[in-house]
Amino acid sequence: MTTATVRTAPKRSRSGSRTRSLARRLFMLFALPIILVALWWFGSAGSTNYLNPPLSTIMAEFWPTWFGGDSFADTRFAQDVLPSVVRMLTGYGIALVFGIALGVLIGTNRSLRAFLEPVLEFFRAIPPPVLVPVFMLFMGIGPEMRIAVITIGCLWPVLLNTVEGVRGLDPVLKDTTRAYRIHGWRRLFKFVLPGASPQIITGARQSLSIGIILMVISEMFAGKDGLGFMIVQFQRSFAIPQMWGGVILLGLLGVVLSLIFRVITDAVLKWYYGYLQSQRGGS
Amino acid sequence: MTTPRRGRSTASPGLPSWVLGAAGVATLLILLELLPLLGIVDPRFLPPVSQMFAALVTNASTPEFWVALAQTVTTWFLGLAISVVAGVVIGVIIGNSPFLREFTASTIEFLRPVPSVALIPVAVLLLGTGMASTLLLVIYAAFWQVLIQVLAGVQDVDPIASDTARSYRFRTVTRMRAVVWPTTLPYAMTGLRLAASVALILTVTGELLISGDGIGGALAVARESGAIASMYSYVIVAGTLGVLVNVLARWVEQRTLFWHPSVRLELVA
Repeated sequence: MTTATVRTAPKRSRSGSRTRSLARRLFMLFALPIILVALWWFGSAGSTNYLNPPLSTIMAEFWPTWFGGDSFADTRFAQDVLPSVVRMLTGYGIALVFGIALGVLIGTNRSLRAFLEPVLEFFRAIPPPVLVPVFMLFMGIGPEMRIAVITIGCLWPVLLNTVEGVRGLDPVLKDTTRAYRIHGWRRLFKFVLPGASPQIITGARQSLSIGIILMVISEMFAGKDGLGFMIVQFQRSFAIPQMWGGVILLGLLGVVLSLIFRVITDAVLKWYYGYLQSQRGGS
Repeated sequence: MTTPRRGRSTASPGLPSWVLGAAGVATLLILLELLPLLGIVDPRFLPPVSQMFAALVTNASTPEFWVALAQTVTTWFLGLAISVVAGVVIGVIIGNSPFLREFTASTIEFLRPVPSVALIPVAVLLLGTGMASTLLLVIYAAFWQVLIQVLAGVQDVDPIASDTARSYRFRTVTRMRAVVWPTTLPYAMTGLRLAASVALILTVTGELLISGDGIGGALAVARESGAIASMYSYVIVAGTLGVLVNVLARWVEQRTLFWHPSVRLELVA
Protein backbone atom coordinates (compact mmCIF):
# COMPACT_ATOMS: atom_id res chain seq x y z
CA MET A 1 0.00 0.00 0.00
CA THR A 2 2.54 2.55 1.15
CA THR A 3 5.02 1.70 -1.58
CA ALA A 4 2.34 2.10 -4.21
CA THR A 5 1.47 5.63 -3.12
CA VAL A 6 5.12 6.59 -3.00
CA ARG A 7 5.66 5.28 -6.48
CA THR A 8 2.68 6.97 -8.09
CA ALA A 9 3.09 10.31 -6.38
CA PRO A 10 5.92 11.71 -8.55
CA LYS A 11 4.27 10.38 -11.72
CA ARG A 12 1.14 12.45 -11.15
CA SER A 13 3.01 15.75 -11.06
CA ARG A 14 4.37 15.23 -14.55
CA SER A 15 2.43 16.92 -17.35
CA GLY A 16 0.15 14.81 -19.45
CA SER A 17 0.09 12.08 -16.85
CA ARG A 18 -3.58 12.60 -16.18
CA THR A 19 -4.60 11.54 -19.66
CA ARG A 20 -2.14 8.68 -19.46
CA SER A 21 -3.59 7.44 -16.19
CA LEU A 22 -7.08 7.77 -17.61
CA ALA A 23 -6.05 5.71 -20.62
CA ARG A 24 -4.52 3.17 -18.28
CA ARG A 25 -7.69 2.95 -16.26
CA LEU A 26 -9.82 2.54 -19.36
CA PHE A 27 -7.45 -0.16 -20.56
CA MET A 28 -7.68 -1.99 -17.24
CA LEU A 29 -11.45 -1.68 -17.25
CA PHE A 30 -12.15 -2.87 -20.77
CA ALA A 31 -9.17 -4.93 -21.95
CA LEU A 32 -10.12 -8.30 -20.51
CA PRO A 33 -13.86 -8.09 -21.26
CA ILE A 34 -13.07 -7.11 -24.85
CA ILE A 35 -10.56 -9.95 -25.17
CA LEU A 36 -13.08 -12.45 -23.83
CA VAL A 37 -15.92 -11.27 -26.05
CA ALA A 38 -13.56 -11.25 -29.03
CA LEU A 39 -12.47 -14.78 -28.21
CA TRP A 40 -16.11 -15.89 -28.11
CA TRP A 41 -16.95 -13.90 -31.26
CA PHE A 42 -14.08 -15.19 -33.40
CA GLY A 43 -13.87 -18.60 -31.76
CA SER A 44 -17.50 -19.30 -32.60
CA ALA A 45 -17.49 -17.39 -35.93
CA GLY A 46 -17.38 -20.39 -38.25
CA SER A 47 -19.14 -22.66 -35.79
CA THR A 48 -21.34 -25.23 -37.40
CA ASN A 49 -22.04 -26.81 -34.03
CA TYR A 50 -25.78 -26.57 -33.70
CA LEU A 51 -25.72 -26.14 -29.94
CA ASN A 52 -22.99 -23.53 -29.95
CA PRO A 53 -23.91 -21.01 -32.64
CA PRO A 54 -21.71 -18.07 -33.65
CA LEU A 55 -22.02 -15.09 -31.32
CA SER A 56 -22.92 -12.96 -34.35
CA THR A 57 -26.02 -15.11 -34.90
CA ILE A 58 -26.97 -14.84 -31.22
CA MET A 59 -26.64 -11.07 -31.32
CA ALA A 60 -28.57 -10.83 -34.58
CA GLU A 61 -31.46 -12.70 -32.98
CA PHE A 62 -31.23 -10.85 -29.69
CA TRP A 63 -33.05 -7.64 -30.59
CA PRO A 64 -35.93 -9.13 -32.60
CA THR A 65 -36.48 -11.83 -29.94
CA TRP A 66 -36.81 -9.55 -26.95
CA PHE A 67 -37.61 -6.14 -28.38
CA GLY A 68 -39.38 -7.03 -31.63
CA GLY A 69 -43.02 -6.00 -31.79
CA ASP A 70 -45.37 -3.31 -33.02
CA SER A 71 -45.17 -1.34 -29.81
CA PHE A 72 -43.09 -1.64 -26.68
CA ALA A 73 -46.01 -3.26 -24.87
CA ASP A 74 -46.01 -6.08 -27.43
CA THR A 75 -42.39 -6.99 -26.99
CA ARG A 76 -41.31 -10.03 -25.05
CA PHE A 77 -39.34 -7.71 -22.84
CA ALA A 78 -42.51 -5.97 -21.67
CA GLN A 79 -44.59 -9.16 -21.66
CA ASP A 80 -42.27 -11.57 -19.90
CA VAL A 81 -39.14 -9.94 -18.56
CA LEU A 82 -40.61 -6.90 -16.82
CA PRO A 83 -43.34 -8.86 -15.00
CA SER A 84 -40.66 -11.30 -13.80
CA VAL A 85 -38.58 -8.46 -12.42
CA VAL A 86 -41.61 -6.79 -10.82
CA ARG A 87 -42.57 -10.07 -9.11
CA MET A 88 -39.02 -10.51 -7.92
CA LEU A 89 -38.81 -6.98 -6.51
CA THR A 90 -42.24 -7.29 -4.89
CA GLY A 91 -41.29 -10.47 -3.07
CA TYR A 92 -37.91 -9.06 -2.17
CA GLY A 93 -39.45 -5.83 -0.86
CA ILE A 94 -41.96 -7.69 1.32
CA ALA A 95 -39.16 -9.89 2.64
CA LEU A 96 -37.05 -6.82 3.49
CA VAL A 97 -39.85 -5.13 5.41
CA PHE A 98 -40.87 -8.22 7.37
CA GLY A 99 -37.32 -9.46 7.82
CA ILE A 100 -36.10 -6.18 9.32
CA ALA A 101 -39.22 -5.66 11.46
CA LEU A 102 -39.21 -9.20 12.86
CA GLY A 103 -35.44 -9.15 13.16
CA VAL A 104 -35.48 -6.02 15.33
CA LEU A 105 -38.24 -7.52 17.45
CA ILE A 106 -36.44 -10.83 17.94
CA GLY A 107 -33.03 -9.23 18.30
CA THR A 108 -34.05 -6.90 21.11
CA ASN A 109 -35.85 -9.56 23.11
CA ARG A 110 -33.46 -12.03 24.65
CA SER A 111 -35.96 -14.72 25.59
CA LEU A 112 -37.82 -14.52 22.30
CA ARG A 113 -34.51 -14.92 20.49
CA ALA A 114 -33.57 -18.01 22.49
CA PHE A 115 -37.08 -19.38 21.91
CA LEU A 116 -37.06 -18.93 18.14
CA GLU A 117 -33.41 -19.31 17.18
CA PRO A 118 -33.28 -23.09 16.52
CA VAL A 119 -36.53 -22.94 14.54
CA LEU A 120 -35.29 -20.01 12.44
CA GLU A 121 -31.94 -21.69 11.84
CA PHE A 122 -33.76 -24.74 10.52
CA PHE A 123 -35.99 -22.71 8.19
CA ARG A 124 -32.99 -20.78 6.94
CA ALA A 125 -31.15 -24.01 6.23
CA ILE A 126 -33.89 -25.41 3.97
CA PRO A 127 -32.61 -24.79 0.44
CA PRO A 128 -35.16 -22.26 -0.90
CA PRO A 129 -35.75 -24.00 -4.26
CA VAL A 130 -37.46 -26.78 -2.30
CA LEU A 131 -40.18 -24.23 -1.51
CA VAL A 132 -41.32 -24.10 -5.12
CA PRO A 133 -43.04 -27.52 -5.17
CA VAL A 134 -44.42 -26.95 -1.66
CA PHE A 135 -45.96 -23.60 -2.49
CA MET A 136 -47.38 -24.96 -5.74
CA LEU A 137 -49.62 -27.20 -3.61
CA PHE A 138 -51.15 -24.25 -1.82
CA MET A 139 -51.24 -21.61 -4.49
CA GLY A 140 -51.03 -23.26 -7.89
CA ILE A 141 -48.60 -21.87 -10.43
CA GLY A 142 -49.82 -18.29 -10.61
CA PRO A 143 -47.90 -15.11 -9.83
CA GLU A 144 -48.97 -15.24 -6.16
CA MET A 145 -47.08 -18.49 -5.70
CA ARG A 146 -43.93 -17.03 -7.25
CA ILE A 147 -44.06 -13.89 -5.13
CA ALA A 148 -44.69 -15.99 -2.01
CA VAL A 149 -41.75 -18.28 -2.78
CA ILE A 150 -39.44 -15.31 -3.38
CA THR A 151 -40.65 -13.63 -0.19
CA ILE A 152 -40.10 -16.66 2.02
CA GLY A 153 -36.76 -17.49 0.40
CA CYS A 154 -35.47 -13.92 0.82
CA LEU A 155 -36.83 -13.56 4.35
CA TRP A 156 -34.35 -15.72 6.31
CA PRO A 157 -31.05 -14.07 5.40
CA VAL A 158 -32.48 -10.59 6.14
CA LEU A 159 -34.20 -11.74 9.32
CA LEU A 160 -31.25 -13.62 10.82
CA ASN A 161 -28.71 -10.97 9.87
CA THR A 162 -30.91 -8.27 11.40
CA VAL A 163 -31.12 -10.31 14.60
CA GLU A 164 -27.33 -10.61 14.62
CA GLY A 165 -26.91 -6.92 13.87
CA VAL A 166 -29.27 -5.84 16.63
CA ARG A 167 -27.65 -8.25 19.05
CA GLY A 168 -24.20 -6.93 18.25
CA LEU A 169 -25.08 -3.28 18.87
CA ASP A 170 -22.37 -1.43 20.76
CA PRO A 171 -23.17 -1.97 24.49
CA VAL A 172 -21.72 1.42 25.41
CA LEU A 173 -23.99 3.18 22.93
CA LYS A 174 -26.87 1.06 24.21
CA ASP A 175 -26.28 2.28 27.74
CA THR A 176 -25.84 5.82 26.45
CA THR A 177 -29.26 5.81 24.78
CA ARG A 178 -30.72 4.47 27.99
CA ALA A 179 -28.99 7.10 30.09
CA TYR A 180 -30.26 9.86 27.82
CA ARG A 181 -33.75 8.31 27.87
CA ILE A 182 -33.87 7.87 24.14
CA HIS A 183 -36.78 5.51 23.58
CA GLY A 184 -39.28 4.28 21.07
CA TRP A 185 -39.16 5.27 17.41
CA ARG A 186 -36.36 7.69 17.92
CA ARG A 187 -34.15 4.97 19.38
CA LEU A 188 -35.16 2.62 16.56
CA PHE A 189 -34.38 5.01 13.71
CA LYS A 190 -31.43 6.84 15.21
CA PHE A 191 -29.67 3.98 16.92
CA VAL A 192 -30.92 0.43 16.33
CA LEU A 193 -31.42 0.44 12.58
CA PRO A 194 -28.29 2.44 11.66
CA GLY A 195 -26.21 0.39 14.08
CA ALA A 196 -27.43 -2.86 12.60
CA SER A 197 -27.40 -1.64 8.99
CA PRO A 198 -24.06 -3.19 7.93
CA GLN A 199 -25.39 -6.60 8.96
CA ILE A 200 -28.84 -5.96 7.52
CA ILE A 201 -27.29 -5.07 4.19
CA THR A 202 -25.15 -8.21 4.22
CA GLY A 203 -28.39 -10.15 4.60
CA ALA A 204 -30.13 -8.10 1.92
CA ARG A 205 -27.28 -8.85 -0.49
CA GLN A 206 -27.57 -12.61 0.08
CA SER A 207 -31.32 -12.32 -0.31
CA LEU A 208 -31.05 -10.51 -3.61
CA SER A 209 -29.19 -13.36 -5.28
CA ILE A 210 -31.56 -15.90 -3.73
CA GLY A 211 -34.47 -13.81 -5.06
CA ILE A 212 -33.10 -13.90 -8.60
CA ILE A 213 -32.52 -17.64 -8.35
CA LEU A 214 -36.08 -18.21 -7.10
CA MET A 215 -37.55 -15.93 -9.75
CA VAL A 216 -35.95 -18.05 -12.46
CA ILE A 217 -36.60 -21.42 -10.84
CA SER A 218 -40.24 -20.75 -10.09
CA GLU A 219 -40.73 -19.90 -13.76
CA MET A 220 -38.66 -22.77 -15.09
CA PHE A 221 -40.30 -25.32 -12.82
CA ALA A 222 -43.86 -24.23 -13.30
CA GLY A 223 -45.23 -21.39 -15.30
CA LYS A 224 -46.45 -20.16 -18.60
CA ASP A 225 -44.70 -16.83 -18.79
CA GLY A 226 -41.69 -14.98 -17.48
CA LEU A 227 -38.03 -14.83 -18.40
CA GLY A 228 -37.13 -18.20 -16.90
CA PHE A 229 -40.00 -19.88 -18.70
CA MET A 230 -39.02 -18.29 -22.03
CA ILE A 231 -35.45 -19.51 -21.74
CA VAL A 232 -36.54 -23.07 -21.02
CA GLN A 233 -39.11 -22.84 -23.81
CA PHE A 234 -36.42 -21.81 -26.29
CA GLN A 235 -34.21 -24.64 -25.08
CA ARG A 236 -36.99 -27.23 -25.44
CA SER A 237 -37.97 -26.03 -28.89
CA PHE A 238 -34.28 -25.96 -29.90
CA ALA A 239 -34.33 -22.26 -30.70
CA ILE A 240 -30.71 -22.20 -29.70
CA PRO A 241 -29.62 -18.63 -30.61
CA GLN A 242 -32.71 -17.26 -28.86
CA MET A 243 -31.92 -19.39 -25.82
CA TRP A 244 -28.37 -18.02 -25.67
CA GLY A 245 -29.84 -14.54 -25.96
CA GLY A 246 -32.09 -15.26 -23.00
CA VAL A 247 -29.14 -16.49 -20.97
CA ILE A 248 -27.23 -13.29 -21.78
CA LEU A 249 -30.26 -11.16 -20.90
CA LEU A 250 -30.65 -12.96 -17.58
CA GLY A 251 -26.97 -12.44 -16.86
CA LEU A 252 -27.25 -8.73 -17.65
CA LEU A 253 -30.28 -8.51 -15.39
CA GLY A 254 -28.27 -9.94 -12.50
CA VAL A 255 -25.48 -7.46 -13.17
CA VAL A 256 -27.84 -4.45 -13.38
CA LEU A 257 -29.69 -5.42 -10.19
CA SER A 258 -26.46 -5.83 -8.27
CA LEU A 259 -25.22 -2.46 -9.58
CA ILE A 260 -28.39 -0.74 -8.37
CA PHE A 261 -28.04 -2.52 -5.05
CA ARG A 262 -24.43 -1.34 -4.80
CA VAL A 263 -25.38 2.29 -5.47
CA ILE A 264 -28.12 2.22 -2.83
CA THR A 265 -26.07 0.46 -0.16
CA ASP A 266 -23.03 2.68 -0.76
CA ALA A 267 -25.23 5.66 0.02
CA VAL A 268 -26.73 4.00 3.10
CA LEU A 269 -23.40 2.78 4.46
CA LYS A 270 -21.29 5.82 3.61
CA TRP A 271 -20.81 6.62 7.30
CA TYR A 272 -19.80 3.04 8.01
CA TYR A 273 -17.07 2.90 5.38
CA GLY A 274 -15.76 6.24 6.63
CA TYR A 275 -15.81 4.86 10.16
CA LEU A 276 -13.90 1.74 9.11
CA GLN A 277 -11.32 3.83 7.29
CA SER A 278 -10.79 6.11 10.29
CA GLN A 279 -10.40 3.05 12.50
CA ARG A 280 -7.82 1.60 10.18
CA GLY A 281 -5.96 4.87 9.77
CA GLY A 282 -5.96 5.43 13.52
CA SER A 283 -4.57 2.08 14.54
CA MET B 1 -15.95 -6.61 26.46
CA THR B 2 -16.61 -10.11 27.72
CA THR B 3 -17.04 -9.51 31.42
CA PRO B 4 -20.11 -7.25 31.32
CA ARG B 5 -21.83 -9.58 28.91
CA ARG B 6 -21.26 -12.56 31.13
CA GLY B 7 -22.43 -10.61 34.14
CA ARG B 8 -25.61 -9.66 32.37
CA SER B 9 -26.37 -13.18 31.22
CA THR B 10 -26.14 -14.60 34.73
CA ALA B 11 -28.06 -11.68 36.12
CA SER B 12 -30.90 -11.96 33.64
CA PRO B 13 -33.79 -13.94 35.06
CA GLY B 14 -35.51 -16.82 33.32
CA LEU B 15 -34.60 -20.11 31.76
CA PRO B 16 -31.35 -21.05 30.06
CA SER B 17 -31.46 -20.49 26.32
CA TRP B 18 -31.36 -24.17 25.33
CA VAL B 19 -34.57 -24.82 27.29
CA LEU B 20 -36.27 -21.94 25.49
CA GLY B 21 -34.91 -23.22 22.15
CA ALA B 22 -36.26 -26.70 22.82
CA ALA B 23 -39.59 -25.15 23.80
CA GLY B 24 -39.59 -23.24 20.50
CA VAL B 25 -39.04 -26.40 18.49
CA ALA B 26 -41.74 -28.20 20.50
CA THR B 27 -44.18 -25.33 19.87
CA LEU B 28 -43.51 -25.47 16.14
CA LEU B 29 -44.06 -29.24 16.05
CA ILE B 30 -47.29 -28.96 18.03
CA LEU B 31 -48.53 -26.17 15.76
CA LEU B 32 -47.70 -28.21 12.65
CA GLU B 33 -49.57 -31.16 14.15
CA LEU B 34 -52.65 -29.22 15.29
CA LEU B 35 -53.19 -26.85 12.36
CA PRO B 36 -54.15 -29.60 9.88
CA LEU B 37 -55.97 -31.69 12.53
CA LEU B 38 -58.20 -28.77 13.50
CA GLY B 39 -58.82 -28.05 9.83
CA ILE B 40 -57.25 -24.60 9.90
CA VAL B 41 -54.96 -25.70 7.07
CA ASP B 42 -56.08 -28.22 4.49
CA PRO B 43 -54.47 -31.54 5.53
CA ARG B 44 -54.15 -32.49 1.88
CA PHE B 45 -51.66 -29.64 1.51
CA LEU B 46 -50.05 -29.74 4.94
CA PRO B 47 -50.39 -33.14 6.60
CA PRO B 48 -49.84 -33.39 10.39
CA VAL B 49 -46.19 -33.44 11.28
CA SER B 50 -46.51 -36.96 12.71
CA GLN B 51 -47.38 -38.21 9.23
CA MET B 52 -44.36 -36.41 7.80
CA PHE B 53 -42.08 -38.20 10.25
CA ALA B 54 -43.85 -41.49 9.59
CA ALA B 55 -43.18 -40.98 5.88
CA LEU B 56 -39.59 -40.09 6.71
CA VAL B 57 -39.15 -43.37 8.59
CA THR B 58 -40.73 -45.30 5.71
CA ASN B 59 -38.49 -43.56 3.19
CA ALA B 60 -35.39 -44.01 5.29
CA SER B 61 -35.91 -47.77 5.35
CA THR B 62 -35.57 -47.97 1.56
CA PRO B 63 -32.15 -48.15 -0.10
CA GLU B 64 -33.29 -45.58 -2.70
CA PHE B 65 -33.44 -42.93 0.00
CA TRP B 66 -29.83 -43.46 0.96
CA VAL B 67 -28.75 -43.53 -2.67
CA ALA B 68 -30.48 -40.19 -3.22
CA LEU B 69 -28.93 -38.74 -0.08
CA ALA B 70 -25.49 -39.95 -1.11
CA GLN B 71 -25.95 -38.41 -4.56
CA THR B 72 -26.86 -35.04 -3.11
CA VAL B 73 -23.99 -35.06 -0.65
CA THR B 74 -21.51 -36.18 -3.33
CA THR B 75 -22.54 -33.46 -5.77
CA TRP B 76 -22.43 -30.86 -3.01
CA PHE B 77 -19.04 -31.94 -1.75
CA LEU B 78 -17.40 -32.26 -5.17
CA GLY B 79 -18.72 -28.89 -6.30
CA LEU B 80 -17.65 -27.21 -3.09
CA ALA B 81 -14.20 -28.81 -3.09
CA ILE B 82 -13.52 -27.81 -6.69
CA SER B 83 -14.68 -24.24 -6.17
CA VAL B 84 -12.72 -23.81 -2.94
CA VAL B 85 -9.48 -25.08 -4.47
CA ALA B 86 -9.98 -23.04 -7.65
CA GLY B 87 -11.07 -19.96 -5.71
CA VAL B 88 -8.09 -20.06 -3.36
CA VAL B 89 -5.49 -20.76 -6.06
CA ILE B 90 -6.81 -18.20 -8.53
CA GLY B 91 -7.51 -15.70 -5.75
CA VAL B 92 -3.96 -15.87 -4.39
CA ILE B 93 -2.44 -15.58 -7.87
CA ILE B 94 -4.59 -12.61 -8.89
CA GLY B 95 -4.47 -10.97 -5.48
CA ASN B 96 -0.68 -10.97 -5.32
CA SER B 97 -0.24 -9.11 -8.58
CA PRO B 98 -1.52 -5.52 -8.61
CA PHE B 99 -1.63 -5.66 -12.40
CA LEU B 100 -3.71 -8.84 -12.54
CA ARG B 101 -6.02 -7.54 -9.84
CA GLU B 102 -6.77 -4.38 -11.75
CA PHE B 103 -6.87 -6.20 -15.08
CA THR B 104 -9.47 -8.75 -13.97
CA ALA B 105 -11.51 -6.52 -11.61
CA SER B 106 -14.12 -5.44 -14.14
CA THR B 107 -14.59 -8.97 -15.49
CA ILE B 108 -14.97 -10.44 -12.01
CA GLU B 109 -17.41 -7.71 -11.02
CA PHE B 110 -19.40 -8.44 -14.14
CA LEU B 111 -19.42 -12.23 -14.01
CA ARG B 112 -20.04 -12.60 -10.28
CA PRO B 113 -23.65 -11.36 -10.17
CA VAL B 114 -24.62 -13.42 -13.25
CA PRO B 115 -27.15 -15.80 -11.69
CA SER B 116 -25.89 -19.34 -11.99
CA VAL B 117 -29.38 -20.59 -12.80
CA ALA B 118 -28.97 -18.73 -16.11
CA LEU B 119 -26.55 -21.51 -17.02
CA ILE B 120 -29.16 -24.27 -16.63
CA PRO B 121 -30.25 -24.47 -20.30
CA VAL B 122 -26.67 -24.11 -21.52
CA ALA B 123 -25.49 -26.84 -19.15
CA VAL B 124 -28.31 -29.15 -20.18
CA LEU B 125 -27.54 -28.74 -23.86
CA LEU B 126 -23.78 -29.02 -23.59
CA LEU B 127 -23.39 -31.48 -20.70
CA GLY B 128 -26.67 -33.40 -20.72
CA THR B 129 -28.94 -34.05 -17.77
CA GLY B 130 -26.43 -35.87 -15.58
CA MET B 131 -24.46 -34.80 -12.57
CA ALA B 132 -22.03 -32.73 -14.65
CA SER B 133 -24.68 -30.07 -15.34
CA THR B 134 -25.56 -29.71 -11.66
CA LEU B 135 -21.86 -29.60 -10.80
CA LEU B 136 -21.36 -26.74 -13.24
CA LEU B 137 -24.12 -24.73 -11.53
CA VAL B 138 -22.72 -25.47 -8.08
CA ILE B 139 -19.18 -24.55 -9.04
CA TYR B 140 -20.20 -21.35 -10.80
CA ALA B 141 -22.17 -20.18 -7.77
CA ALA B 142 -19.73 -21.26 -5.06
CA PHE B 143 -16.50 -20.25 -6.84
CA TRP B 144 -17.20 -16.50 -6.72
CA GLN B 145 -17.95 -16.59 -2.99
CA VAL B 146 -14.51 -18.05 -2.31
CA LEU B 147 -12.67 -15.95 -4.89
CA ILE B 148 -14.04 -12.61 -3.67
CA GLN B 149 -13.17 -13.42 -0.06
CA VAL B 150 -9.66 -14.62 -0.92
CA LEU B 151 -9.03 -11.49 -3.01
CA ALA B 152 -10.14 -9.33 -0.09
CA GLY B 153 -7.94 -11.37 2.23
CA VAL B 154 -4.80 -11.04 0.12
CA GLN B 155 -5.41 -7.30 -0.12
CA ASP B 156 -5.76 -7.04 3.65
CA VAL B 157 -2.17 -8.20 4.27
CA ASP B 158 -0.47 -5.81 6.65
CA PRO B 159 1.81 -3.63 4.47
CA ILE B 160 4.41 -3.48 7.23
CA ALA B 161 4.53 -7.27 7.51
CA SER B 162 4.74 -7.48 3.73
CA ASP B 163 7.58 -4.96 3.58
CA THR B 164 9.38 -6.67 6.44
CA ALA B 165 9.20 -9.97 4.60
CA ARG B 166 10.62 -8.24 1.54
CA SER B 167 13.45 -6.62 3.53
CA TYR B 168 14.42 -9.99 4.93
CA ARG B 169 14.40 -11.34 1.37
CA PHE B 170 11.82 -14.02 2.08
CA ARG B 171 11.42 -16.31 -0.87
CA THR B 172 8.01 -16.07 -2.54
CA VAL B 173 6.93 -19.41 -1.09
CA THR B 174 7.98 -18.42 2.42
CA ARG B 175 6.29 -15.04 2.10
CA MET B 176 3.09 -16.74 0.96
CA ARG B 177 3.15 -19.17 3.84
CA ALA B 178 4.22 -16.82 6.58
CA VAL B 179 2.60 -13.51 5.62
CA VAL B 180 -0.11 -13.85 2.99
CA TRP B 181 -1.72 -17.11 4.05
CA PRO B 182 -2.39 -16.32 7.75
CA THR B 183 -4.13 -13.09 6.71
CA THR B 184 -6.08 -14.73 3.91
CA LEU B 185 -7.19 -17.82 5.80
CA PRO B 186 -9.97 -16.18 7.87
CA TYR B 187 -11.35 -14.63 4.69
CA ALA B 188 -11.12 -17.94 2.86
CA MET B 189 -13.00 -19.59 5.70
CA THR B 190 -15.79 -17.01 5.46
CA GLY B 191 -15.88 -17.78 1.74
CA LEU B 192 -16.04 -21.48 2.51
CA ARG B 193 -18.96 -20.99 4.88
CA LEU B 194 -20.92 -18.92 2.36
CA ALA B 195 -19.99 -21.25 -0.50
CA ALA B 196 -21.07 -24.33 1.47
CA SER B 197 -24.67 -23.19 1.82
CA VAL B 198 -24.84 -21.72 -1.70
CA ALA B 199 -23.51 -25.02 -3.06
CA LEU B 200 -26.29 -26.91 -1.30
CA ILE B 201 -28.93 -24.55 -2.71
CA LEU B 202 -27.64 -25.05 -6.24
CA THR B 203 -27.25 -28.81 -5.78
CA VAL B 204 -30.93 -29.12 -4.87
CA THR B 205 -31.87 -26.73 -7.69
CA GLY B 206 -30.00 -28.84 -10.22
CA GLU B 207 -31.65 -31.99 -8.94
CA LEU B 208 -35.12 -30.43 -9.10
CA LEU B 209 -34.76 -28.95 -12.55
CA ILE B 210 -32.13 -30.97 -14.40
CA SER B 211 -31.20 -34.44 -13.26
CA GLY B 212 -34.23 -35.54 -11.20
CA ASP B 213 -32.08 -37.60 -8.84
CA GLY B 214 -30.90 -36.98 -5.31
CA ILE B 215 -33.03 -35.44 -2.57
CA GLY B 216 -34.35 -32.70 -4.89
CA GLY B 217 -35.39 -35.23 -7.50
CA ALA B 218 -37.03 -37.50 -4.91
CA LEU B 219 -38.99 -34.51 -3.65
CA ALA B 220 -40.25 -33.67 -7.15
CA VAL B 221 -41.25 -37.31 -7.71
CA ALA B 222 -43.12 -37.44 -4.39
CA ARG B 223 -45.02 -34.29 -5.28
CA GLU B 224 -45.96 -35.52 -8.75
CA SER B 225 -47.24 -38.81 -7.36
CA GLY B 226 -49.31 -37.00 -4.74
CA ALA B 227 -47.38 -38.41 -1.78
CA ILE B 228 -47.53 -35.14 0.10
CA ALA B 229 -46.34 -36.40 3.49
CA SER B 230 -43.40 -38.01 1.74
CA MET B 231 -42.66 -34.72 -0.07
CA TYR B 232 -42.54 -32.90 3.28
CA SER B 233 -40.28 -35.58 4.67
CA TYR B 234 -37.79 -34.68 1.94
CA VAL B 235 -38.15 -31.00 2.85
CA ILE B 236 -37.21 -31.99 6.40
CA VAL B 237 -34.24 -33.96 5.08
CA ALA B 238 -33.12 -31.00 2.95
CA GLY B 239 -33.41 -28.65 5.91
CA THR B 240 -31.50 -31.02 8.18
CA LEU B 241 -28.82 -31.30 5.52
CA GLY B 242 -28.65 -27.50 5.44
CA VAL B 243 -28.26 -27.31 9.22
CA LEU B 244 -25.51 -29.95 9.12
CA VAL B 245 -23.72 -28.05 6.34
CA ASN B 246 -23.78 -24.86 8.43
CA VAL B 247 -22.58 -26.65 11.55
CA LEU B 248 -19.83 -28.42 9.62
CA ALA B 249 -18.64 -25.23 7.96
CA ARG B 250 -18.54 -23.41 11.30
CA TRP B 251 -16.68 -26.33 12.87
CA VAL B 252 -14.05 -26.31 10.11
CA GLU B 253 -13.73 -22.55 10.48
CA GLN B 254 -13.12 -22.76 14.23
CA ARG B 255 -10.75 -25.68 13.84
CA THR B 256 -8.54 -23.97 11.25
CA LEU B 257 -8.66 -20.57 12.91
CA PHE B 258 -8.15 -21.65 16.52
CA TRP B 259 -5.17 -19.26 16.71
CA HIS B 260 -7.07 -16.29 15.32
CA PRO B 261 -8.23 -13.51 17.70
CA SER B 262 -11.84 -13.71 16.53
CA VAL B 263 -12.13 -17.38 17.50
CA ARG B 264 -10.01 -17.03 20.64
CA LEU B 265 -12.27 -14.24 21.88
CA GLU B 266 -15.33 -16.39 21.30
CA LEU B 267 -13.80 -19.23 23.29
CA VAL B 268 -13.07 -16.93 26.20
CA ALA B 269 -16.61 -15.60 26.10
